[in-house]
Amino acid sequence: MQNGKVVSMIRFDSVSKRFPNGTTAVDDLSVEFSEGGITVLVGSSGCGKTTTLRMINRLVDPTAGTITLGGRDVRDLPAARLRRGIGYVIQQAGLFPHRTVLDNIATVPTLLGWGRRKARARAAELLEVVGLPADAGKRYPNQLSGGQQQRVGVARALAADPPVLLMDEPFGAVDPVVRALLQDELIRLQAELRKTIVFVTHDIDEAVRLGDQIAIFRTGGHMVQCAPPAELLARPADDFVAGFLGSERGLKLLSLVTLAGVPYEPVGSVRSTATVKEARDAAAGRWLLVVSPDGGPAGWLDTGALEGLPGTSAVAGLALAPARGLRDSDSLLSALNETVSSPAGVAVRVDAAGVVTGVTGQDVLHARQRSLT
Amino acid sequence: MTIEWQWLSTHTDDLWALSLDHLSTAIPAVLLGLLIALPLAVVAHRIRPLRGVLLGLSNIMFTVPSLALFVILLPITGLTRTTAITGLTIYTLVVLLRNTVEGLDSVPAKVREASLAMGRGRVGTLLKVELPLALPVIMAGVRVASVMTISLVSVASYIGYGGIGQLFTDGFQRNFPTPVIAGVVLTLLLALAADALLVLVQWLCTPWIRKGARA
Repeated sequence: MQNGKVVSMIRFDSVSKRFPNGTTAVDDLSVEFSEGGITVLVGSSGCGKTTTLRMINRLVDPTAGTITLGGRDVRDLPAARLRRGIGYVIQQAGLFPHRTVLDNIATVPTLLGWGRRKARARAAELLEVVGLPADAGKRYPNQLSGGQQQRVGVARALAADPPVLLMDEPFGAVDPVVRALLQDELIRLQAELRKTIVFVTHDIDEAVRLGDQIAIFRTGGHMVQCAPPAELLARPADDFVAGFLGSERGLKLLSLVTLAGVPYEPVGSVRSTATVKEARDAAAGRWLLVVSPDGGPAGWLDTGALEGLPGTSAVAGLALAPARGLRDSDSLLSALNETVSSPAGVAVRVDAAGVVTGVTGQDVLHARQRSLT
Repeated sequence: MTIEWQWLSTHTDDLWALSLDHLSTAIPAVLLGLLIALPLAVVAHRIRPLRGVLLGLSNIMFTVPSLALFVILLPITGLTRTTAITGLTIYTLVVLLRNTVEGLDSVPAKVREASLAMGRGRVGTLLKVELPLALPVIMAGVRVASVMTISLVSVASYIGYGGIGQLFTDGFQRNFPTPVIAGVVLTLLLALAADALLVLVQWLCTPWIRKGARA
């Protein structure tokens, strides 16, 4: 950040890469990756996304155009110096099998001349940051599981606290459960660290999940569209992008947009301590919302079940259909899901404290969705 | 063929001296071979077209009969231990060069790339990453070269530096089998001891392999 303005940390100016065998990996690419955000490069294999990434730390040199990092041409520095300031994470971590986990993480600090003691102390600190037990430090990489190795890979990239991280399909080799876990960890870390991250994947769901900005590449090294995920899903530039986003594009979009600003209407309800008579008086339709003493939703009461019960008996103890309270930070998709699964056909809204504020129906959710596209 | 144990007991000092002499030809030959093979292997590994040339050359050198090799070397280095060591060094190259190149090939590309991407230079990557990871394959070559050299030293008897080989000449000339048998057994023992030592060295140098079993 400079003068409070978002600075484009990484900038490509008419960059092309043609390999000696004649293939064009990247074709006239001009794009900016903003500071402190995750930009995901996505596309099928051979589309130039990895080459684009590798040109940033000069593992590949472009045949035309310039790349600047924080306003400075990447060719201004010797390649090794440049690379020590850029974290790099690759698939299957690329850890040094002959060095302990601690030594692996301490690689860049050691190269920067921090001294053994300080480098190792920093490495030990990072073990904790990425959620590994302290005793993992003495082990060798092949004594760890795939997911753990990937965490070491992230720790190693973060060791010298570089402002920029390049991640090349870092979670490509782990199973879906571990992958989701690692994605969550990355989101958590990024909320704290605010690194400028360039992330390569071929998985559009991963891109939507992680990206502040997504750049879609097409075979032949063309970047087709670069936009925040919601914009991409709502307004794909062409059929290629739409096809790449998949048939569930609408659902993906709903999963990205939150309920913040989506209106709700008041709902008739009774406390779970109420009597059957009070419930009858409050009922407006077949389903009545029951609220627990803390103000949160306890469940939906079928008012039909009240027939024949004495007015003085308690509501507590009657069977309730489950109701889930949705906060403003929850997605439109989860709200839509709630309208489908709850018997009342509406989603119960709660405030930050979890106290019921009202309900939102499908028509309102649809209106919000239509306003996006 | 009978063994005269009496001869053995009166010649233990000689046998010991000959064994040491044997090793002072064999060990420098292997070390020198390694010293030459390492840089050549790095070149052969990096520059593809040179690989075939260098490996082919070391193969051809290996086919030159040892006697002929010593004859070629004599005018240059004379009747010295240097001649014996030089000849044997040339033979070690066929194994050491090939194994070192294969060892470097065995280093995963991802690991090499990660080292460069961390900001280690090419030389640093070679010394700190590629060579240590190639070590098991290189050491396999060193073991073969050592055993081979220890058995080959005897041929340098022609020029007087055959170590234990002198027992063979001695035994044949006098039609007296005891020294010959002693020489064969000694050579075998030296080769086994050298191999065991190298296995131990490799074991000590590669903790990541012996701790490799996933915990």
